[in-house]
Amino acid sequence: MPWSVVARNNCCAIWFRAEPPRVSTAPAYFSNSGPSSGQGSGLKIQFTNVEKRYGMRMALRNVSLEITPGECVALVGHNGSGKTTLLKIAAQLSRPSGGKIIFSERGAELSPDAVKSRIGMVGHHTLVYDELTAEENLIFFAKLYSLPDPSASARKALDPVGLSKRAGDLVRTFSRGMRQRMGIARALLASPGLLLLDEPAAGLDPEGQQWLGDTLVKLHRSGCTIVMSTHGRNETQASVTRAIRLESGKITHDSGRGGDPSGVLVMASVRDTDEEISRSERG
Amino acid sequence: MRTSSSPAISLPSVVAVFLLLAAASYGALIWAPTENTMGMIQRIFYFHVSSAWSGFISFLMVFIGSVAYIRTRDLKWDWLSVASAEVGVAFFTVVLVTGPIWAKPVWGIWWTWDARLTSSFLLWVLFVSYLILRTLVDEPERRAMVSSVFGIFAALDIPLVYFSIWWFRTQHPQPVIGDGGALDPRMWRVLLLCWAATLGVMTLLIRIRYRLEAMRSEVDGFRMESLRNH
Amino acid sequence: MSGFTHATGVILAKELRAEFRSRELLTTTLVFVLIVIVLFSFTFNPTTSESRRFGPGLLWLAFLFAGSLMLQPSFLRERANDTLAALRLAPIDPFSILAGKMAANFLFLLLVEVILLPVFAVLYNIALFPILGPLLLVLVLGTLGIATTGTIFSAVSSQARLRELLLPLLLLPVLAPVLIASTEATVGLLRDPAELSLVWLTFLISFDVVFLTAAWLVGEYLLEE
Repeated sequence: MPWSVVARNNCCAIWFRAEPPRVSTAPAYFSNSGPSSGQGSGLKIQFTNVEKRYGMRMALRNVSLEITPGECVALVGHNGSGKTTLLKIAAQLSRPSGGKIIFSERGAELSPDAVKSRIGMVGHHTLVYDELTAEENLIFFAKLYSLPDPSASARKALDPVGLSKRAGDLVRTFSRGMRQRMGIARALLASPGLLLLDEPAAGLDPEGQQWLGDTLVKLHRSGCTIVMSTHGRNETQASVTRAIRLESGKITHDSGRGGDPSGVLVMASVRDTDEEISRSERG
Repeated sequence: MRTSSSPAISLPSVVAVFLLLAAASYGALIWAPTENTMGMIQRIFYFHVSSAWSGFISFLMVFIGSVAYIRTRDLKWDWLSVASAEVGVAFFTVVLVTGPIWAKPVWGIWWTWDARLTSSFLLWVLFVSYLILRTLVDEPERRAMVSSVFGIFAALDIPLVYFSIWWFRTQHPQPVIGDGGALDPRMWRVLLLCWAATLGVMTLLIRIRYRLEAMRSEVDGFRMESLRNH
Repeated sequence: MSGFTHATGVILAKELRAEFRSRELLTTTLVFVLIVIVLFSFTFNPTTSESRRFGPGLLWLAFLFAGSLMLQPSFLRERANDTLAALRLAPIDPFSILAGKMAANFLFLLLVEVILLPVFAVLYNIALFPILGPLLLVLVLGTLGIATTGTIFSAVSSQARLRELLLPLLLLPVLAPVLIASTEATVGLLRDPAELSLVWLTFLISFDVVFLTAAWLVGEYLLEE
């Protein structure tokens, strides 16, 4: 079995840190020609009175929100504020207990099935299979997304994240940073119009965070709508155009479509540090 | 989800069921004619069979509750399912206990693997597994969903269990506990009365258990809210 | 419909590839069934007549145990990196996730059984070759029941605590009819002359149809959050 031989030979490679990725042949979603490049534009999402209940606990209360195509939204708030729940509902992984969500692209409303093919998500976990190689993983997902040429799409997706040399290696042998990059490659496979990220900077070193921030800037420029949850300030927020603060399932602050997000972003970290100080004093 | 909206256990209904039970007991133990071959011990048959029938109805309610929960996502249906399952298990425990009590004096053995008793045993085990599954899932909606799916499968299994064990037994016969021949019409009347009584007990017990589950769910909600607010 | 078949096929291929790379689940299950077969030989005197009477039952019991043990790890693999979420994100029918896994589990179990048949025949001195065709039919129908309900119940138990203990607890009572039907059908085939019981075959087919339909109707809700 050829792929297991390749994997074994490359086991030594895990001990050497991968080079910082250099984008050589960028796939179309990184082009600077914007939404009219034909890859599909960003999605627009409309939340109306969205609620999510777990037993008797309200994870989201009465959330109404409109995200226009091409925005890069940061969701801030501490654990349990509802950020992950909101992202899961947007990704259609979770059904809201009340309210509606409408997705549209270029003015036309999308059916639930069509929405799924336009969404990419990066979660807490890597969402890829340890027991398959990087290339096999991407080919698998490319087939599930009915991409016309799965092998080519897989190879193209590995370049921007700098994993082309490791295409034939089992994901199990990857470092934390590389796995994160695998997850992002997977999310970007089908050229999504909406990218959802759940605390993507978690577990990344400053260099990895810088790379992620640069990637998000490029994506944003190409017209993709981005919604990401974040916990305090970090390097990935360079592309953010709007910040929304959640507390106990409700939106407390929204910097708005044309506004300055830094106010809300800073507020989040200050509040978090305050919380940590008071918690350590109590404990 | 206030408990005041769930059915209260009214005194008249308790009294009615009690009277039914008393009448049924009188009918079974005194009024019904004594059976020829088995004697007095045969009278336990009225409770044995009517418990089994009511047990079936309880498990049918588990099926209904499970399907209804999946369609409506209203936790009330899940309360109905768990209440019915527990009552059904209780009734089948009666079946499994009265069976040997009947068998020993008549046939000299405690247990025979006859079709009905074996099927009852398997059914009992099946719904005990259902109850155990419920104790191992903490979150209410998730628990309701997994138990509903398992409840549907378990209920669909019931006719398959009965048929396979029955056909197996016709191929490999064993002493049968139960049929002493045709039933005297007075026996039929007593049997139906006993069944009505057990149905009354079943309804009452399910109601009480349902109410208990509703209250428990409310308390859990309050507890979680207060924990979050600290 | 073709989208469903396509997605199921892709997932089945992935399951096969992942398993045949490590073969850990297959080898462990094979050895386990072998152990059970050996242990069973201590519980009765394996002379030819008794083997024909008790052998099939013990063989099917061993298959049931194997199924209830190996089906859980196959589902837990999707929890490792939350790949289940990745599958649910994809624009596919949620049931195709379950269908792909059911098909994979069916093939794995069948493979284990087919490998162990000759071993069983040798150890218990039973001639299986003349009845191989009908025997394979019984194997396929019985294993289909085990794989279908087993995959659904492993999705159920993966959401609970004590999941490794829970799966056998849920699966074995529900599969009792399959045990009875498969055993009786196999015993019939080992008689002299061999008889293929139409009643039991029809029963197995009904079992498979009922539970496949139930799985199709409610299975996808098990994957929700």
